[in-house]
Amino acid sequence: MSKPKFKNPVVNWIDYRLPIFTFMNHELNEYPTPKNLNYFWNFGSLAGITLVIMIVTGIVLSMNYTAHIDYAFDSVERIMRDVNHGWLLRYIHMNGASFFFIVVYIHIFRGLYYGSYKAPREILWILGVLILLLMMATAFMGYVLPWGQMSFWGATVITNLFSAIPLVGESIVTWLWGGFSVDNPTLNRFFSLHFVLPFVIVGVVILHLVALHRFGSNNPIGIDVQGKQDTIPFHPYYTIKDLFGLSVFATIFAAAVFFFPNFMGHPDNYIPANPMVTPAHIVPEWYFLPFYAILRAIPDKLGGVLFMFGAIMVLFVLPWLDKSSVRSSQFRPLYKLFFWFLVIDCIALGYLGAMPAEGIYVVLSRLATAYYFFHFLIILPLLPKIESTRPLPVSISTPIITASSNASTVMAMREKK
Amino acid sequence: MTNKNTPDDKNKRDFLQVSTYALGAVGAASFVWPLINQMNPAADTLALASTEVDLEQLEEGQAITVTWRGKPVFIRHRTKEEIASAKDQLLDGLRDPQTDDERVQNEKYIVLVGVCTHLGCVPLGQKSGDIKGEYGGWFCPCHGSHYDHSGRIRKGPAPTNLEIPQYSFLSDTLIKIG
Ligand code: HEM
Ligand code: FES
Repeated sequence: MSKPKFKNPVVNWIDYRLPIFTFMNHELNEYPTPKNLNYFWNFGSLAGITLVIMIVTGIVLSMNYTAHIDYAFDSVERIMRDVNHGWLLRYIHMNGASFFFIVVYIHIFRGLYYGSYKAPREILWILGVLILLLMMATAFMGYVLPWGQMSFWGATVITNLFSAIPLVGESIVTWLWGGFSVDNPTLNRFFSLHFVLPFVIVGVVILHLVALHRFGSNNPIGIDVQGKQDTIPFHPYYTIKDLFGLSVFATIFAAAVFFFPNFMGHPDNYIPANPMVTPAHIVPEWYFLPFYAILRAIPDKLGGVLFMFGAIMVLFVLPWLDKSSVRSSQFRPLYKLFFWFLVIDCIALGYLGAMPAEGIYVVLSRLATAYYFFHFLIILPLLPKIESTRPLPVSISTPIITASSNASTVMAMREKK
Repeated sequence: MTNKNTPDDKNKRDFLQVSTYALGAVGAASFVWPLINQMNPAADTLALASTEVDLEQLEEGQAITVTWRGKPVFIRHRTKEEIASAKDQLLDGLRDPQTDDERVQNEKYIVLVGVCTHLGCVPLGQKSGDIKGEYGGWFCPCHGSHYDHSGRIRKGPAPTNLEIPQYSFLSDTLIKIG
């Protein structure tokens, strides 16, 4: 046996046969991390923790839930009223879905702002977008389970999106339903898939982390780590920072669960599903609203569906749309401006998605949809041609060590293409 | 067995390799199909019941909604004005051109699957207080589709007219759907 790595002999004995401790030490302890990460780098670990919370509460909810159209609604009400701590577990799961999306959306916009999708992190980014898609599918099917009015009509409208596909559309929808409308077979399969997809997400998250640890984190100034002087070990520096962030997050999360558990939900979902009556104003959960706005903005059924999925597809090819070799917005004055326009545009789309599809809202939805695609397909490819980026620091350490004396900061002019 | 690698042997091995892959692919595909097909409607779901409705009590201007295959079916006893307006409509103004005659068996009664052809909501217009849209028939609140007295799409995102279910009149006022 080579020289023992760990003090504990049992740990050493195991590690020699199964190098799990070496692995953990390497990836979670000494893992060299850029020393200038800000709080936006907390949201990755927060997303991971939220995923675990969802899986744990989901498993215990499923011990009390009945996936049948005649019992589903009542079984959820029983969880709320009779099952010990059932109200708590359900409210954590229900609000957890919203918080999961809040965290992941911030995580994604962090990536957009600091150019984290650029080489060599393209696959890391693509895996992230894939996780977003899987989360959306999971959350959509989870929302169907309580079998309230919004569950039923949400399921109806979203599955009907596939009927827009030429020729095979209707057969696909019948196949998804297992019948001629959203009904018991639909609820059963959604429960099955809602149970298993989060574990698929765990698998993709692991790949996401493997890809991350290949080159390490990006950082606020977006230039590569050049050596030891630019990094600090993950533990204790970032473990403690992540823990601090977690406690802030947990406080807000708990406030929602205990004081405003239904704030992000819709009251109509406490009415049992009725296939004969559509609620006057159906809206999806808030995290789908921007996409829903895009769907409704296009006056053609197939077109609306294509644009809605297109809004996510552009994210997959983003690394090839934005050709600028400078990552961080800090050195890209124009990109920074357009980044904030995009943020405003997405919030506007979210707002419009919640409004009725009539009058001025339709016009505004169309403008906001057009701008969304304009940003990714026109502005980003053109920007490097007209933007003069600010000079990049030589290394991560340079601006930190010489923060006070600008004169001694060696700037490397980036040659413009 | 003093075999060396003769060209014959190589051909034989190529053949064995290709046929193994091919057979494996067919085997895998024939196992995947049941996995996919189990999601299609089961035999008991397909054995659809039909619904009989007595229209005796349905006065002119009234409508009822019945269930068929888990979906609402609208039956409306149209007024003279409604019939006239449905018949007068010129075809070139329509997104999914159909005459009113093609859509009814007895012009007094219009029978429709009450599912918006956009994304499947149930349109309003069956109850007297409902919003009926700009063409007086039905209005789908989900994304704003307007249907006329014949259930034809006139405005909004829905691509086609409201579907007509299979039905037949068993007598003047007894109708069998399905
Ligand atoms: C990616 C992780 C997950 C997300 C985003 C998610 C999302 C959701 C959502 C939005 C609901 C509806 C809540 C409501 O309005 O009542 C729900 C319900 C449910 N979920 Fe999940 N879920 C996740 C993981 C899981 C897992 C792993 C399981 C089981 C192993 C599970 C089991 C359930 C059950 C039984 C319900 C029905 C009870 C209820 O409605 O509260 N979930 N889920
Ligand atoms: S479902 Fe009727 S307009 Fe969209």
